[in-house]
Amino acid sequence: MLRYVLRRLLTAIPTLFVIVTISFFLMRVAPGGPFNQEKGLNPVIKANLERAFGLDLPLWKQYFVYLGNLLRGDFGPSYNLPDFTVAELFAAGLPISLQLGTAALVLSLVIGCAMGIYAALRQNSWIDYLVTAVATAGSTIPTFVIAPVYQIIFGLLLRWAPVGGWGDGTFANKIGPVITLALPFLAIFARLMRGSMIEALHTHHIRTARALGLSDYSIIVRHALRGALLPVVSYAGPAAAALLTGSIIVESIFQIPGVGRYFVDAALNRDYTLVMGTVVVIAIFTIAFNLIVDLLYAVLDPRVRYE
Amino acid sequence: MAEPILALKNIKVNFQTLDGIVEAVKGVSLDVKAGETVAIVGESGSGKSQLMMGTMGLLASNGSIAGVADYRGTNLVGLPKPELNSIRGRKITMIFQEPMTSLDPLYTIGNQLIEPIMHHQKIGWDQANARAIDMMKLVKIQEPERRMGSYPHEMSGGQRQRVMIAMALANDPDLLIADEPTTALDVTIQAEILELMASLQKRLGMGMIFITHDLNIVRRIASRVVVMRYGEVVEEGDAKAIFKQPKHAYTKALLDAEPSGRKAPPAAKAPKILDGTSVSVTFKIGGGFMAGPPLLLKAVDRVSVTLKQGQTIGIVGESGSGKSTLARALLRLVPSEGAISFEGKDIAKLDREEMRPLRKQIQIVLQDPFGSLSPRMTAGQIVTEGLLVHEPSMTSRKRDQRAVQALEEVQLDPKLRNRYPHEFSGGQRQRIAIARAIILKPRLIVLDEPTSALDRQVQSQIIELLRNLQKANNLSYLFISHDLAVVRAMADHIIVMKDGRVVEQGTPDEVLENPREPYTKRLMAAAFA
Repeated sequence: MLRYVLRRLLTAIPTLFVIVTISFFLMRVAPGGPFNQEKGLNPVIKANLERAFGLDLPLWKQYFVYLGNLLRGDFGPSYNLPDFTVAELFAAGLPISLQLGTAALVLSLVIGCAMGIYAALRQNSWIDYLVTAVATAGSTIPTFVIAPVYQIIFGLLLRWAPVGGWGDGTFANKIGPVITLALPFLAIFARLMRGSMIEALHTHHIRTARALGLSDYSIIVRHALRGALLPVVSYAGPAAAALLTGSIIVESIFQIPGVGRYFVDAALNRDYTLVMGTVVVIAIFTIAFNLIVDLLYAVLDPRVRYE
Repeated sequence: MAEPILALKNIKVNFQTLDGIVEAVKGVSLDVKAGETVAIVGESGSGKSQLMMGTMGLLASNGSIAGVADYRGTNLVGLPKPELNSIRGRKITMIFQEPMTSLDPLYTIGNQLIEPIMHHQKIGWDQANARAIDMMKLVKIQEPERRMGSYPHEMSGGQRQRVMIAMALANDPDLLIADEPTTALDVTIQAEILELMASLQKRLGMGMIFITHDLNIVRRIASRVVVMRYGEVVEEGDAKAIFKQPKHAYTKALLDAEPSGRKAPPAAKAPKILDGTSVSVTFKIGGGFMAGPPLLLKAVDRVSVTLKQGQTIGIVGESGSGKSTLARALLRLVPSEGAISFEGKDIAKLDREEMRPLRKQIQIVLQDPFGSLSPRMTAGQIVTEGLLVHEPSMTSRKRDQRAVQALEEVQLDPKLRNRYPHEFSGGQRQRIAIARAIILKPRLIVLDEPTSALDRQVQSQIIELLRNLQKANNLSYLFISHDLAVVRAMADHIIVMKDGRVVEQGTPDEVLENPREPYTKRLMAAAFA
């Protein structure tokens, strides 16, 4: 098992390297640069700025300089927010996105799975239809609709929670963003869980368990649920990576200073270092959660245990 | 004799389907006494399984049961779940046809054995564990203590069925219901499991209901037989009497369906069709980035085969013996070493493109008539698909004529050619698969267990059809099967394979009447005992 983890961590290095390389050159293929402004910068100032950031070097040299810095843990300065380094921006924003993402992940997993299991046990009852309807709605209504509706109802009409802002992370400020983040994933978890649970309840070994006169609890929890969790787990990995690295829509609508906004803002402003930083962070999260999923799989299913 | 343990009276099982109510069991009565084995015999769809599933409260959610199932004074039909659960798994237990999937893949064997013991006998883990190990010994599993920690996927089908039996017997039941427990197993394993069940039944003095479609098994194990058809009992009585003097026409037909007849060998100077010399197939297992070198498995090890025109070679062996892989290698469907020639032409080195014109001459019919037919094509489209590849210039009119011809040859009504596979029975589907092969007028057909998934009666019809087609078109067959009774009726030369090697070969008389190798003897004993 430990050998397997080490092997997977080792293979993550070339994967990261390929991602960084491709993103670096893709970014540079896009026209424009960080110091192209509508008004047009004085060419002398622009040249000075570019020299200061090393952007006047040949591209391959810039690439190796960036790679060298990255290996030392230096993500470089942000071009558009020159008072901060990329690392400082993440140090400020990532904890906020992580908090919201973790809460949304736990919420969607717990409630989504519970709904799915309940619907599967009461297949074709009104509860089942209700869950299916909620799940369909949750995965089709976009977050940019859910968020403003929440703001209007709970922020403006009822005044139970603030409309937006982070407010030093008070509980009331987090409710809206967490619900908005969680809802689409909750819907998907509910649907996945329902489907795989129904399938699990129809397997031959469940028939064996019933023929042996085992209790409902044992049949449902011990024998059906464990196997039925596998598809949910494999979806939960990428879902966790997506939730924890922030969402541009939710963070923009609720005015949350997380890292979700960085990717799009930075890409539009050609803030090369910030884009690269975001790519690296998302890649690390994705690789890490995929590894966790594979390890969880091995815990749940002895047939995929690794040498 | 003693009071019956279980008495079924007028049991009816219905299923609510989209096409209305299906009556699976239409009022069946039977009883079982202690120490008695009752066999319920019938084809698939006769309702024999649903009768017992219903009695045990294991019907699918769209099923319902009516009638009386009297277990020692308690009616099992409509019994509340807690009370039913104190009887099933404790007093009445079941084992099923699918040993590969009937155990939970996520728990160890020991874990699964111990759970029902603790649950029913209300004893601690230590005692239950000791009892479980005793049960493992009882069903003759080697190294029971070590095997308790194994997962189902680490065991063979036969071993898993032994574990199922151990689970079923662990709480000293009065009655064991076995639903086709040996059907999915190789013949030699089948014989071992049957022997085990018979001896355990005698020792423990319980009653047994044995659901099967295989009359050979009934003959070996049952004291009383109930023959079912279309959800009703057509005949019932002492096993010996029924075999000697069946009263009902259907029982007679079942008994007559045992494969019979022999095939005459081809003329001595018949030309060679397919010639394989020292053919080997090696599979790589595992390996890859940082995982070390792969394991090499010799699935077929230097096997030589010569098939003449009009000849049928039967390839016999258990699963994993390499018989299917050998056939695939001879057809160049898997990479192999050794020399292979077809009609005198060396085909061992031909690539896919060069093989294509020859594919028309060589056709294959597979075991699973459902899985090998595309569900989204009509029978007519399936049958003529090969013509599109091999005779692309043919008009659609002409193709349709050929389809009608081919379907007539396999005795299937050509009017049915616009239907889809799921609208046909298993036997009809196999006829479609055969029509698809013969429409190209091949020289050689590989038949890979073509009758294993079929009921005996249908099986004998398909065998008859294959023999007639061979005679009419001078076809050569490579016939792969684990069923020696069928092979004896089909082949004029038999090859026995084990672990990728040929252990014995010769005419059916030489091999089957006078087996020399211990392995062949075991196969024989299992099939014809």
